[in-house]
Amino acid sequence: MTTAPPLIAEKPKNYLNSQVGLKSWLLTEDHKRIAILYLIVVTAFFFLGGFFAVLIRLELATPAGDLLDSNTYNKVFTMHGILMVFFFLIPSIPAVLGNFLIPLMIGAKDLAFPRINLLSWYIYILGGLFTLYVLLAGGVDTGWTFYTPFSSSYSNGYVIMAGLGIFINGFSSILTGLNFVVTIHRMRAPGLTWFRLPLFVWSHYATGAIMILGTPVIAVTLFLLVLERGLHIGFFDPAYGGDPVLFQHLFWFYSHPAVYIMILPSMGVVSEVISTFCSKKPFGYTFIAFSSIAIAVFGFLVWGHHLFVSSQSVYAGMVFSILSYIVAIPSAIKVFNWTATMYKGSVRLTTPMLYAMGFIGLFTIGGLTGLFVASLGIDVHVTDTYFVIAHFHYVMVGGAIMGYLAGIHFWWPKITGKMYSEGWSKVSAIIVFAGFNLTFFPQFLLGYMGMPRRYHVYPPEFQVLNVLSSAGASILGVGYLIPFCYLLWSLKYGPDAPPNPWGATGLEWQTSSPPPTQNFDITPVVTTEAYDYSSLEGVNVG
Amino acid sequence: MDSHAAVVTHEAEATVPLRHHFENLEQQKDASTVGMWVFLVTEIMFFGGLFLAYFVYRQAYPAAFASASNKTDLWLGAANTTVLICSSLTMALGVHFAAIGKRKLLVLFLLLTLFLGSVFLGVKTYEYHDKWVHHEVPGEHFECEGCKDAGHASLFFSLYFGMTGLHAMHMIIGAGILLILIWQAYRGKFTPEWHTPVEMFGLYWHFVDIVWIFLFPLLYLIDRSGRGLS
Repeated sequence: MTTAPPLIAEKPKNYLNSQVGLKSWLLTEDHKRIAILYLIVVTAFFFLGGFFAVLIRLELATPAGDLLDSNTYNKVFTMHGILMVFFFLIPSIPAVLGNFLIPLMIGAKDLAFPRINLLSWYIYILGGLFTLYVLLAGGVDTGWTFYTPFSSSYSNGYVIMAGLGIFINGFSSILTGLNFVVTIHRMRAPGLTWFRLPLFVWSHYATGAIMILGTPVIAVTLFLLVLERGLHIGFFDPAYGGDPVLFQHLFWFYSHPAVYIMILPSMGVVSEVISTFCSKKPFGYTFIAFSSIAIAVFGFLVWGHHLFVSSQSVYAGMVFSILSYIVAIPSAIKVFNWTATMYKGSVRLTTPMLYAMGFIGLFTIGGLTGLFVASLGIDVHVTDTYFVIAHFHYVMVGGAIMGYLAGIHFWWPKITGKMYSEGWSKVSAIIVFAGFNLTFFPQFLLGYMGMPRRYHVYPPEFQVLNVLSSAGASILGVGYLIPFCYLLWSLKYGPDAPPNPWGATGLEWQTSSPPPTQNFDITPVVTTEAYDYSSLEGVNVG
Repeated sequence: MDSHAAVVTHEAEATVPLRHHFENLEQQKDASTVGMWVFLVTEIMFFGGLFLAYFVYRQAYPAAFASASNKTDLWLGAANTTVLICSSLTMALGVHFAAIGKRKLLVLFLLLTLFLGSVFLGVKTYEYHDKWVHHEVPGEHFECEGCKDAGHASLFFSLYFGMTGLHAMHMIIGAGILLILIWQAYRGKFTPEWHTPVEMFGLYWHFVDIVWIFLFPLLYLIDRSGRGLS
């Protein structure tokens, strides 16, 4: 890992230093700069959402409601959910890493619609401002699920503003997905056929499809909720002749696939990281690629498993249960293929690899407990308990955020042109893994024993496990703060990154770090399969 | 949609405005076309939620829907349907004249499209006003004289206002974009080689028309034979 070729004396122009000034950032159409804009705001929302998680875990450290009253607690967990789901998890990997990397990976100069890309960031900001307004004005207490008729007729919170915030934010997601799908279809470099694409691009293609097909449905659902609450034009409240269960169907038609918007991009990151640090072509490339598509397709057919106890017919429940089991198949294919890639590979335990391995373990637990809650009998027992909370945090935090951190660490040298501290980053990866398990594993036990979600008080016999969980949360919090510090530190003091510090394949590693504004000086022509490590021999590795 | 049009209409000083990140004009037009169709797919899903709600409730309360539907003004609805179909024709002719480089005819047919769209919105406003006067807007003062099952007739009118309102919103946005296109066409921005914004807007306009083609029978024509449904 030496530095750039010695013949370059002064710093070459790249996308970071080619233009200066705030205006050059706020009006940029460069996908790489827009990715940085997203990175900054997404990080801010992550820590704000994390702040509410801290309040939740502090309150639950004791059985009594001694820190927050029940109303405030309702608002706190609602804000935690809204911020983390809609303003962090959904945009995190696609809008930051996908935005930055997709054009680089396919040898394009930019996404197909650069201005729409910038517009999507401003829409995201506008949606975020609505949400911040709700926060400052007094909050909303419906839970992030906004179930009617409580949300439309009884809640005292700022439901309309919160709903509009998510409605607006949805268009940011739609435009990002549209941009990705068109770009992957129409902007690939000469010779870059579909089956030469990196798996990261495949997973983002599947993600884009879900964004396009799912997000408009949540948008129209929240639009109807706002009409019902604001103008008494009823759709869901029985007082207006409506059916509240219809809201749940429409809500989950998007919000279940939204889980795959969060996890599929992580799976793409993990595929890249594992292949690179085993220096092996991923085992079963086409299976991993098509399993992303299969997850996107089947993901749209399982929403009814959120309605097992909502008066849905038992026969519909059985069908949704079987379909939910089917989604486990493509997910399992990925897990087996990643482990098969590692088998007899020369595994290098770098920081991104540690996060990727953490992802495999935690996602497997999250996925398998998903089968528990997808089976009718067990779900009746654990519905609305901490078992469900633990399950989806294993998928969303253990899966999606581990993947996000793997990706941030993997591509940080490419994005910033700087190397971070290997020692600190490895330590924090281990802290995150330990803290995460200590936080959420006890919640499986709590849920199975019957502790319901969304209450700020609980019987004293649950205290030991709750204290373990809160202690784990503090460790997890530290694990998230350390990367924030050393990554910022690396911007100023980190050594310069070579173009390909990890010995990775892929077009993004063939341009300089950080890349020039046009990405490539000459449009690359692709002549080999993806992950062809033999092509790297003798080139700039080591 | 508007942003989409804005992207492709920028930088018209050259006769062939190729944006820097495309290899050639063909790739650029191709990307715009795919992007527009994908956008229309998102629109189908957007309206789809409302259509689903309509089908669920109509299936559940057929008699209430039939009698409430007869409260709509058949002739105004039919007239508006004709107006919109004509506007699709003028739009298609506009695209045609853009493609063969007849600037004045392009401007004329875009103006006609805008005029017909405005007529539609005017009639719609009159219908809304009429519903308001007769207390047929859902809410506290809702009344439905002669309706079977007035409680669920209110659902019909919720869907009526939700669906036609969302449709009208698309018409208003479309009219705004049309104004911009008319100005650009007048200034001679479009050539036979490059008139992608006109074509893309045509797709949008036809989509909005097609939505109405579904809305008209679903909302106005449930039980015009007067058999009553139970």
